[in-house]
Amino acid sequence: MENKREMTCIICPRGCTLTVELEDKKVLGVKGNACKRGTDYAVAECTAPTRTLTTTVMTESGEVVAVKSNKAVPKELLFDCMKEINACVAPATVKQGDVVISNLLGTGADIVVTSYVE
Amino acid sequence: MFDVCIVGAGVVGALCARALSAYQLNVCVLDRANDVCTGASRANSAIVHAGFDAKPGTLKARFNVRGSEMMEQVCKDLGVKYVRNGSLVLGYTDEDKATLSDLYERGVKNGVRDLALLDREGVVALEPHVTEEVTCALYAPTGAIVSPFGLCDAGLGHAMDNGVEFIRNFEVDRIECEDDAYVLYAGEQTVRAKYVVNCAGLYSDKIAAMVGDDSFTVHPRRGEYMVLDKAFTPSLTNFTLFSTPTPKGKGILVTATTGGNVMLGPTAEELTDKEDLDTTAAGTASIRAQSARYVQNIPFNAVITSFTGLRAVGSTGDFIIHASAPGFITFGGIESPGLTSAPALAEYCVELLATEGLALEKKNDWSPVRTKGAIKFNKMTDEQKNEIIKDNPAYGNMVCRCEGVSEGEIVAAIRTNPGARDVDGVKRRTRSGMGRCQGGFCSSIIVEILSREMGIPYEQVTKSGGASIINYGRTKGGEHND
Amino acid sequence: MTKVSLVIVGGGPAGMSAAVAAYKAGVTDLLILEREAHLGGILRQCIHNGFGLHKFGEELTGPEYAARYAEQVKELGIPYKVGTMVTGITEDKVITAVNPTDGIMHIQAEAIILAMGCRERPKGALNIAGARPSGIYTAGTAQKYVNIKGYMPGKEVVILGSGDIGLIMARRMTLEGAKVKAVCELMPYSGGLARNIEQCLNDFGIPLMLSHTVVQIHGKDRVTGVTIAKVDERRNPIKETEQYIACDTLLLSCGLLPENELTKGAGITMDRITGGAVTDQSRQTSIPGVFACGNVLHVHDLVDYVSEEAEIAGCAAADYLANKQSERVDITVQPVGGVRYTVPQKITSAQDTTVYFRVADVFRDKRVVVKCGDRVISNKKKIKLAPGEMETVKLTAQVLAELAEGTITIGLEE
Repeated sequence: MENKREMTCIICPRGCTLTVELEDKKVLGVKGNACKRGTDYAVAECTAPTRTLTTTVMTESGEVVAVKSNKAVPKELLFDCMKEINACVAPATVKQGDVVISNLLGTGADIVVTSYVE
Repeated sequence: MFDVCIVGAGVVGALCARALSAYQLNVCVLDRANDVCTGASRANSAIVHAGFDAKPGTLKARFNVRGSEMMEQVCKDLGVKYVRNGSLVLGYTDEDKATLSDLYERGVKNGVRDLALLDREGVVALEPHVTEEVTCALYAPTGAIVSPFGLCDAGLGHAMDNGVEFIRNFEVDRIECEDDAYVLYAGEQTVRAKYVVNCAGLYSDKIAAMVGDDSFTVHPRRGEYMVLDKAFTPSLTNFTLFSTPTPKGKGILVTATTGGNVMLGPTAEELTDKEDLDTTAAGTASIRAQSARYVQNIPFNAVITSFTGLRAVGSTGDFIIHASAPGFITFGGIESPGLTSAPALAEYCVELLATEGLALEKKNDWSPVRTKGAIKFNKMTDEQKNEIIKDNPAYGNMVCRCEGVSEGEIVAAIRTNPGARDVDGVKRRTRSGMGRCQGGFCSSIIVEILSREMGIPYEQVTKSGGASIINYGRTKGGEHND
Repeated sequence: MTKVSLVIVGGGPAGMSAAVAAYKAGVTDLLILEREAHLGGILRQCIHNGFGLHKFGEELTGPEYAARYAEQVKELGIPYKVGTMVTGITEDKVITAVNPTDGIMHIQAEAIILAMGCRERPKGALNIAGARPSGIYTAGTAQKYVNIKGYMPGKEVVILGSGDIGLIMARRMTLEGAKVKAVCELMPYSGGLARNIEQCLNDFGIPLMLSHTVVQIHGKDRVTGVTIAKVDERRNPIKETEQYIACDTLLLSCGLLPENELTKGAGITMDRITGGAVTDQSRQTSIPGVFACGNVLHVHDLVDYVSEEAEIAGCAAADYLANKQSERVDITVQPVGGVRYTVPQKITSAQDTTVYFRVADVFRDKRVVVKCGDRVISNKKKIKLAPGEMETVKLTAQVLAELAEGTITIGLEE
C-alpha cells in the first residue's frame, strides 16, 4: 500500500516539515528536508524510531547528576531504560563523561554523565 | 494550666498576647494554621485609617481613633514598617463634594487631626497622577500604611520573647467548662486555661457558640486585590487613595504599601463559605474598571500577583466585644478598621479580663521595646552589613534576587519568634518570593534552608502547612518509579 | 574602590562567551560575576540535548554546552566570582555586588557587559482566577526541582503555555513517572519549536490544546484540578467549552522576560518590545562602554545564537577599551509590517551586520523586505514565519557605508 506521512524532523532546532512517501513500511522518498540528516531521520522514524535519552542518576551522596545516552535508543524502550537508570546508583565522585551504565539494555548505548562541576 | 488562652493568632490575638505578656501570667496563643497572620490579617488593605469614616459613637470609631493614635509607637517599639503616607478621598461630582464635607465633619467629631478639604488644584499639587476626572478630595495627613505581617509577627514574637507560648495547627473543635477552667479541644489535643480570649476572626462566632454564646454571627466578605511591580510605584502614587463613598458602596482603594508596591482593591462580595479564597475574573475586571478612575495609566501588565482576603463581618454592623461566658472574652466581627484598631483592642482586652476577675501584676523586666527581633539587615549601611557578613557569611549569600533577601535573613526568620515554618511564612517575614519573579528562582533554595533549619526531609517542607507540600519525594528510589 | 577594565555581569552562556571573546581580543583585566554557586547559568538545569549543533556541529546537553565555555574560562585564567550577586550598577559604571566572603564590594569598571539572562513570566502576571494552593510552578522552577535537586514537584500535571521549557518539562516529568494530562496554549499556534512538540508531546501522546487557557485553579492546600476553556479570536474564554481536569500540579510556561532591573537602574534606554536595552550592532547600550548580550537583551531560541551575540559584545568591549574607531554611520533599524522587533535597533558603524528579528504572528509565503525609503536592499521569500522562531537578515558593510545615515525598515510583504 502506498501512502504519504508528514512529520517534523527533530534532528536539529530547524524542525523541517518532512513529507515521506511510503510503501508499507518502506520509504520511497523524502521531501522538505534541508539536509541529508532529514532523510536518515525519516527512514529511521518510519522503520525503527530512536531517541536520545536524557535524565538523571542518583549518586551515593544522595544527589542527582545529569546523564544522557551517548547514542539514540529505540523509542519503545524509553521507559524500560528509565527503570534501569533509576535503579542505578553512581559513585559520588563521577564527573562529566564518565560512563555509569554501559550497553544499556543491550541497545549499544552507554549512559554518560553530562553534569559539570568546575 | 494557662491563665489565659488566646484563640487566633491574627493581629488582634497577637497584640492581645503582647499586652498580656507584660503581666505575670501564663499565656498561650492557639491557631489552626501553621503560622501567625493567615486569616483576615494576612490579606487586607494594610492601611491605618485616620478615623473619619466610622460613625461617631460606635466601637469602630472609638477603637479606630485610639488605635490610629497608638499605631506609630507600637510599630516603632516592635520594629514594624509604618509609613504615614497620608490618604486622599477623591471626589468627582458635586454630590461627592457634599459627602466629603460630611466626612470631614464626622472626622472632626471623631477627633481626627489635620483634615483638609481640597479643590482639584490642591489634589493635583499633592498627587499629580490623579485622573482628569478628579475635582476635589478630603485629605487626611494622619492616614498611614503598615505591614500587617510585620505587626502580627513582631507582636506575637515580642509576646513569646516574654514567655507566651504559641501553639500552631490547633483547630479548636469544642470547649468544655470545668469548675476552674475552660478545656479547649482540637481532636485529642487539649489546652486548659482559666480565661479565654476569642480572637478567631471569621470563626469567632463558632468559638463563642462553643460556650453557649450565639448572640451574633460572622460572615465572610470577599475582597480581591492586585499588586503591581514596584518599578511602577513612582508613576502611580505614594498615598492611599479612596473614592468618595456612595450608596452603592465604598469602592476600592489604590494605595502604596510598606513593601513599596502599589496595591489595588478590595472588591466587596458577600459570601457564605468561610474558606473560599478564590480570586475571580469578575473581581479582576471590577478592580481594573474602578481603579482607572483614580490614577492615570495603571500598567495592568505589571500585576505581579492577585489575592483574596475575607473580612470577618459581624451581624451587628459594629465590632462585637463582650464576655461570651464568665472569663471568656470575645472579639467578634473585627472587620475594617480592625487592623488600625488592634493596638487599642489589645489594651481594652486587658481591661476586660481584669473586670472578669483576672489578677494583673506587672512584670518588672517587661519593656514595650522588642530587642529580640531579627536584625533589619536591609536597612543597614554598607559598613554595618559588612560587619554582619564577616560574622555570619550567610548574610552575604543573596537568595531572593528580586527583593534582595539573603540566606542570613531567611535563617533569622525561621529562628526568631514566632519562627517561619513554611515557604509562605518565610515570604511574609522576609519578602523573599514576594517580588516580580514570585519565587521562581528562590523557592527551591528556601525549601532547602527550611529543611535544614527544621531538621525535616526536603519533601516535607510545605508552602503553608497542612497538605500544601511542594515536592512528592525523590525522583530516584521513590515509589512512583515502580 | 577596586578597578577592573571589564566586568561581565552573569556567568551563564552569554557571560562566559563574552568573557572568552574579550579575553581573546586582548582584555586581560576582566572579571565575571555570577550569582549562582557555579558558572553555567540556566544551562546547568537544561539537561536535555539539542544545544551546540550550530556552534560546535554536534548535539550537546545544556551542562555539556556550558562546560565547553567554563573550561575555556578556566584555561584562559579569566577571573570569576560565583555566589556573587550584583545589586546595582550606576551610570558611571560603578558596580555594587555582594557575596559571603568579600561582603559588599564596589567595583569601578571601564566597560561592562550585561549578561543576566531572563526569567519566566510568573503566575501573578497571568491573573488566573481561583485559589492559591501549593503545586503551581513555572516550568523552570519544576526543572530545577527535578534536574538539580532530584525531587518530583508533581504527579498529575497540566501545563499552561507551550513555550519550549514547558514542552521539555512535559517529557521530563513523563519520563520520571508523572502523568502530563494536557498542554494548553492560549494562542492558535505554539511558541515552542516544532521538534519539541514532536519529541516531547507527540512521542508521549500528550495533547496540545491550542486556543485554550486555564480559567480557574482549584484546591485549598495543594492543587486538586484546573478548569480549562477554549478561547475565541479575542482570546476570551468561551464559557460553554469549560472542562475540569483533575491534577495536582500546574506548570506555567508562558514566556520569558529579560531580567533588566540592573539595566534600568543604570538609566539605560530600554526597548519596550524586547524588554531589553536598545543597542547598536556591537550590542553597546545607550551608555558608552556598557554592552548587553544574550537573553537579557532579547529572548533567543537557541543558546548557540546567545554565544554568537555574546562574542560580538565581547569583541566590541575589547575595541572600546582599546579605543578602536571604525567608520561611523547613523542608521536606525525599524520593524514594520508584521515584524515585532529587531536587534540591533541602530547601526553606528559600517560593518557586516546580522539583524535578528521576530514576527508578530504566524505567516506563510511572505517576503522579508529590507528597505531604505523606497530603495529595496534585500528581498527574500520565506515559506513560514512564526513568533517562536527568530529570523535574520544580513546587511553588508558596503550597503551601510553607502547609506551613512537614515532609517532601514524590515518588514513582511506579499
